[in-house]
Amino acid sequence: MDTIIDLFSYDFFMNAFWASFFAAVSCGIVGTYIVSRRIVFVSGGITHASFGGIGIGYFLGWSPLLGAAIFAILSGWGIQLFTQKGKVREDSSIAIWWSLGMAIGIIFIYLSPGYAPNLMSYLFGSVLTVSTTELYLMGALSLVLVLFFSLFYRLVLYVAFDEEFAKTTGLPVNLINYLLISMIAITIVLNIRVVGIILILSLLTLPQATANLFTKDFKKMMMISVLVAFIGSFAGLLFSFYVDIPSGASIIFTLVLVFGLMKLAFYIRQNILSRD
Amino acid sequence: MNEKLVEIKNLSVSYDQQRVLEQANLDILPLDFLGIIGPNGGGKTTLIKALLGLVKPDAGSIKFHIPLKKVGYLPQINQVDKRFPITVLDVVQSGKAGTRFLNVFRKDHTDRLYAEKLLDEMGISGIRHKAIGELSGGQMQRVFLCRSLMNQPELLILDEPDTFVDNQFESELYEKLKELNKRMAILLVSHDVGTISYYVKTIACVNRQVHYHPSNVISNEQLASYNCPLQIVTHGQIPHTVLSMHENHDHHGHHH
Repeated sequence: MDTIIDLFSYDFFMNAFWASFFAAVSCGIVGTYIVSRRIVFVSGGITHASFGGIGIGYFLGWSPLLGAAIFAILSGWGIQLFTQKGKVREDSSIAIWWSLGMAIGIIFIYLSPGYAPNLMSYLFGSVLTVSTTELYLMGALSLVLVLFFSLFYRLVLYVAFDEEFAKTTGLPVNLINYLLISMIAITIVLNIRVVGIILILSLLTLPQATANLFTKDFKKMMMISVLVAFIGSFAGLLFSFYVDIPSGASIIFTLVLVFGLMKLAFYIRQNILSRD
Repeated sequence: MNEKLVEIKNLSVSYDQQRVLEQANLDILPLDFLGIIGPNGGGKTTLIKALLGLVKPDAGSIKFHIPLKKVGYLPQINQVDKRFPITVLDVVQSGKAGTRFLNVFRKDHTDRLYAEKLLDEMGISGIRHKAIGELSGGQMQRVFLCRSLMNQPELLILDEPDTFVDNQFESELYEKLKELNKRMAILLVSHDVGTISYYVKTIACVNRQVHYHPSNVISNEQLASYNCPLQIVTHGQIPHTVLSMHENHDHHGHHH
């Protein structure tokens, strides 16, 4: 059996390592925004809508990721637009885009000639097969997110906390909302390869739930989320490698385990140890 | 200097296709302490939101003679998410967001110091690093009051600041507002007609239309003529109207 050090000499493992690292950075940051603002369900809608783009990508012979990105961004804007201007209730608006995307995806994959070989890796993720190009994209996204959230930290925080009040102070709330929903869409699409459409939501919410046990400050929550996400994905990756199970599921399982253990530790500290 | 801070003329606003305000007129004068009363659904909050540019009017005009960033706003407390991961200091500092949108590289030291000063004056500097989820109702109202003062407003707009707070804080709040009123005009929405008439200088009844009443004493008959039926019926000859004064006061001119 290879030791961990040996593993790093394999290209595929190095790629997987960097993929988990970039996934942790991007999902840690964006997920904190999603969880704080309670738009997890919106993100679920975007994730599933992107499947439509994957289907069209297959059908036209384009990169499925490009199709997914276009669908994700459009559905994100669509959800906001329907809710704001169309007076559709937000959850209904999410459901419309969610199922529309899935339906389009299924139709076009059915219409595509032959069997879609990588379909399973989009649904369930496959961090060990992430390509170098995808890795560069993930790295670029992480860099953009770190820069944006450091430069416009207060802007994002104020709009996320109290949108209506932020409007009265003259902040360009709509612009920020559309910009951030686009960043969420891109983050989801580029991380689909790591854990898959079915599991991506957990990478955006579980590390944040763990971080929220330690802090109630937005900035610290982002940092701790990144750390937890990285520990969880890397440990999950190793686990999947040694036990030979799918990496996406293994990563999510590890993240749930980390959350469960931390929650238990906090519970014991608060309810049992603090007793006189 | 202009006589009026804000002029509202012939303002009509709809909410979900329903006309809430119809041809409303109101002037806000410097250093006024204006109490806004009216039945639920009568358009009090809509008037404020139109004033702040949060809802678009169907017709009419709102003219500001002060810069918009010199308007402070305290929304209804149930509007915010109390479990949002944000500290008290950051909430207060968010009151000055608009003036520093592109100033991303400037250190926000002066803002932070001013926020700390406001919290100190409100007597709650001890909680400045706490998350807002850890505060009591009274503490939270104080924090949001600090936020609304962050931009050193010339007009302060408060939407029902007396909900979810205990009686002791309520009187503290009104004393604080009285003190602030020496420096700024205050527009206060409340359902508690009795309490506010003790503190405000003038009253506006909002029920689709706005009737300005240039005194803090208002009689049953006047309320009726303003078409301003209020929810709490205390006494009076005309059904569905209420007297703003306490029961043992006469109707005209008795001050506390």
